[in-house]
Parts: sequence; structure tokens; C-alpha cells
Amino acid sequence: MTTTISKGARQSVVAYAATAAAVLLLLMVFGLLMRASQAGGLALPADLFYQVMTAHGIGMVGIAGMCGAAIMWYFLGHYVDLSTKIFVLNLILFLVGVVMILSAIFIGGFAGAWTFLYPLPAKSGGVWEAGAAALHLSGVLLIGVGFLLFHLDTGRAILSKYGSIGRALGWPQLFGGSTEEAPPPTVVASTMVLIVNVLGLLSGASILAISLVNLFVPEFGIDPLLGKNMIFFFGHVFINATIYMSVIAIYEILPKYTGRPWKANKPFLAAWTCSTLFVVIVYPHHLLMDFAMPTWMLVMGQVISYLSGIPVLVVTAFGVLSYTHRSGLKWDMAPSLLFLAAFGWAAGAIPAIVDGTIVVNLVLHNTQWVPGHFHTYLLMGLVPMVMAFMYYLAGNAGTGLDRGAFWAFLVGGFGFTFTFLWAGKESVPRRFAEHLPEWMGIDALGAVFAALAILGVVVFAVRFLGRVGHLVKA
Amino acid sequence: MQEIAWSVTLWLVLVLAAAFIYVVMKSGDKAEAAVVQGAAGKIRSVLFWVLLVAGVPVTMVTLADLPYAAATTEGESQVVDAVGSQWSWALSQSSVVSGRPVEFRVTAADASHGFAIYNSSMTLLAQTQAMPEYTNVLRYTFAEPGTYKVLCLEYCGVDHHNMMTEFTVVAP
Repeated sequence: MTTTISKGARQSVVAYAATAAAVLLLLMVFGLLMRASQAGGLALPADLFYQVMTAHGIGMVGIAGMCGAAIMWYFLGHYVDLSTKIFVLNLILFLVGVVMILSAIFIGGFAGAWTFLYPLPAKSGGVWEAGAAALHLSGVLLIGVGFLLFHLDTGRAILSKYGSIGRALGWPQLFGGSTEEAPPPTVVASTMVLIVNVLGLLSGASILAISLVNLFVPEFGIDPLLGKNMIFFFGHVFINATIYMSVIAIYEILPKYTGRPWKANKPFLAAWTCSTLFVVIVYPHHLLMDFAMPTWMLVMGQVISYLSGIPVLVVTAFGVLSYTHRSGLKWDMAPSLLFLAAFGWAAGAIPAIVDGTIVVNLVLHNTQWVPGHFHTYLLMGLVPMVMAFMYYLAGNAGTGLDRGAFWAFLVGGFGFTFTFLWAGKESVPRRFAEHLPEWMGIDALGAVFAALAILGVVVFAVRFLGRVGHLVKA
Repeated sequence: MQEIAWSVTLWLVLVLAAAFIYVVMKSGDKAEAAVVQGAAGKIRSVLFWVLLVAGVPVTMVTLADLPYAAATTEGESQVVDAVGSQWSWALSQSSVVSGRPVEFRVTAADASHGFAIYNSSMTLLAQTQAMPEYTNVLRYTFAEPGTYKVLCLEYCGVDHHNMMTEFTVVAP
């Protein structure tokens, strides 16, 4: 049984969405600046380029998390009793953290990338002071604390309603032959995210705390390879969780247009249980070029990368196709964006899985192939899920302008991501402030496509922000 | 290898796109959900088994020859010690012979770096991470004499993009 959420809760969700629209746009412009600079059309000094890169990276990870949190919280609140105060506290901690991070970067000169790869924050080569690194890491830690509280609250609410994690994941129906109706897809997805993100956040908070102490007490350190494992476990889990939270928009909104409720059947439950395990143990595929890692972990990274594609393709992407096929749905903006998002997520998984192959990773790791695949499933997967949620919240079916923006976003977005993949094929390194002349043609093309995609998002964002006042009062 | 990765990606994305476009084209032709879902369930089962079965040989073939090698103790390889530090590479020798394995023993003095070998066409041939406290062993046999570059592929600070060096490969 579902309930409606309160006015205060709805206003909080609108606040999240409005923040997301503004921050996403700003950070997309940062991304465009980097591509334009690599193309030679805009000469960003190297120190500024890497500051912008750091802000773009950590900002996108954080705001993707906030987008996912807003979608998950809004729909989960229809099934369980969530705390609006904790939800708002997460937003406040996020905003304070953002101010700390931006100050550390653009005033303190911190440019350690969003990965803050230990021991880089303490080894700036004289470019930034320990205080700037400490401010940055503290800001990230504060945002992590907010998310931890957020997930603990969803865990409390889910457990009080369903009694156990296993029941919330539908294990009695999956393994026990229970004929009771399984929990709704939103509850199953939220429970999966609860499990993986609490683990990821604890790992991230631990390495952040160690890195912070290391800044001022260099003797207090950690094995660099262990530190790297902790960072990539956190980073991998957190960014994947942003999509697993956002995909709830597909499960909840699309059926309102197709008239076919999304059921948590056995394949669905099996897929989410598998994904819970896969997301936790697949992270070594980020460390395939760390030859000192135990070989079995790296082989596991490849094998689980392959297996991870099955739930994405066979359950969610195929589910979108089967629920949409011959449904007679009207292609308003929300279902259009959700359909695009399902394709973007599945399409992005393909080059990611290819890169998860050890012998391929040997020549693609840390080339532009990597931003190619993750921009495909984030820019063309997560972002349209979020934009669809905004159109849904605003009750905006869309006009000719919105549809024009949709096509600009589609063409620009895929053009942008495929120029990254193309550059990766050409061995162009990622995270280079300056490019060789032979790489600049692809960079320029990428910048043009990026500008087109941003144009689309400007329309999406402005259309939503223009209705915020109405939504708050409603 | 890069061309294979590119072709596989393009073809699979195109197949996926074709499925999505087909469904869009048919979306207005309304049918009972039970009819569509029944057929979809069968297709889903086939898709699941096709992916699983196809994945087995692909996994076996790609895992057959891994780049991970232990350091050798005998003189069959040419050994090059490589140390990365912000923002330069120190190689123990700047010339090796083609046709014989070269064993790069790679580490770092400060932060993490990425040791990547590029040929004269700026195509990435092989790489490994350079990390403090660890030595990663990368074995590679150069087929062609010439000048090769080492680039840093792990972001390491403000002059990361200029962290390059060269070595030569000569005929035996």
C-alpha cells in the first residue's frame, strides 16, 4: 500500500531538485571549459585546468548522489516512514561541504582530483598547502556523513516496515517459495543501495580520515595499495549507487504512462540480489593495472564486470523495452527521457565491460576511453533520469521547445561521449591539461557536442526552475 | 587491441539502439500487457542464456594470457628499473634491444604515477601503475627498433601532462 508524502517532504525534494539543476549545469560548463582548453580554443593554465577538473569530478559525484537521493527518497517515502529532518540535514551538510570544497580548490589551489589518491593530497609538489587539502578532504567527509545519515534513516524505515534486509530484498519470494506479494521495486532497490552505500561510505570515510591525519603527521600513513583499494571501493560503490537510486524513477514513473505496473517478479529480485553482491566485489576492475594486486582479485574484477552487465541489460533495459512495447504510451518529456536513460545506461555498460577485460585495459586504462564509458551511463543514463523526474514533479508534459532540447541533448550527449571513446581508441590520455596537436581535432568535436548537450540541459533546468515557486506553494 | 575494443563497442551499441528504436516505432500499436509480457519473458530467457553462454569462451580466451609477471632472476630479460616522481621518469637505461623481452620494474618515489609506453605513432602499447612502496613488473617485447615514449597515465599533480621521457629500441 502506498501513501502520499507530506507538503514539507515534497518541498524538500523540490529543494534537492533545484539544487541539482543549478549545480549540474555549472559543472557541465566546467566540463566544456576543459574540453575547449584541450582543443586549444581556450588556454586554461595547467593549475587552473586541474582545479576545474577536481571541482568537476568531485562535484559531479556529489550531485549525482544528491539526485539519486532525491528520487529514491521521494518514491520510497510512499512506502515507508522516512525522516524529513534527516533528508534536509543531508542537503545542508552537502551545501556546507560544497562551500568547503570550492574554497579549498579555487582559493587554496587544491587540485588532487576527485579520487584524492593517497598520498597525493600530501604530495602537491609545492602547489597547494596542507590546509587546502585538509579543507577539501573535510568537505568530502562532511558530505559523506550526510549520506551515511540519509542511508541509516532509510534503513531504519525499511527495517521497521519489512522486519529484515532479506524480506526487503524479497528473499522469501525468491528463495523460500513465499506466495506473498514481494516488496515494491523501489523498496528492493533502496535496500540494495542501503547495503552497498553504507559499506562504501565507511570505506571512504576511513581513508579520508587517514589522509587527513597524514597531512599533518606524515609518519601516520597507510599502505598505498590498501589506500587505493579503499578509495576505489568507495568511489565505485558510491557512483554506481547514484544510478541504482535514480533508476527508481523508471520503475515508478514509466508505468504511469504505459499503464503497466512494474512488478518485482523473480527475475527482478534475482537481478537486484546479484547486483548487490556484484557492486561490492567488482571494484578491483579499477585496479587492473596494479600488478602487485593478488591476481585472483583482478581476474574476479574482470569476471564480475562481465556478469554485472546481465542484470542491467536483461532486467532493467529489457524491462523498459517490454513494458513500453505496444503500450500505446504518449511520449511526453518524462517517459521520453526515461526511455533514453535506459538506453544510455545499457549502452554505457558496453564500453565499460570491454574496458573491464584485463588485456584490453592494458591499452585503454586511463585513456579517454574511461570518461567515454562513464559519461555514457552518467550523462546519458543518470542525467535524463533526473531530468525526467523534474518534468514529472513539475507536471510538465513538454512543448516543442522541450522536444527540441531533448534532441539537442541526445545528439550532443552521444556525440560527446563517443568522441571520448574515439580518443581513447587513439590512445589519448585522460586528465591531461595540454594535448598534442594531433589530438585536438577530436577535442574540438567533443567540445561542440558538449555545448549542444548543455544547451538541452539549460532548457530542461530552466523549465523546472521556472516552476519551483509554484511547486513549493502547491 | 584498441581497434577490436572500438569495433565490438560500436556493433553492440548499434544492436542495442536498433532494439530501442524498434520498440519506439511499435509503441503506438497498443496490445494487451499480458500478450506482450508473455512473449517478452521468453525472449528474456533466451537473451540471458545467450549472454551467459557467449561470455564463457570470451572469458577463457581473454584470461589466457595475462600481463602480470613476476620478476625474473635469470638473465633472459633485459631489465629496466623505472622510477616515477613529480614530474619526471628515471630509467636505469635508455636503450634496449628489439626481439627480446624487456622487464620494466616500475615504482614511484612520491605519489602514484602511471607508466605507459607509447610508440612513435603515439599508440599506447602497454602500461602499469607506478606506486610508492611497490614494484610492478611489466614485460614487453619490442618488435620494431625506434624511439618510444613513456607518459604518466595516473594524475599526479600540476605538471602531470609533461611527465614524459624517451628510450630507444635498437636492432640486435
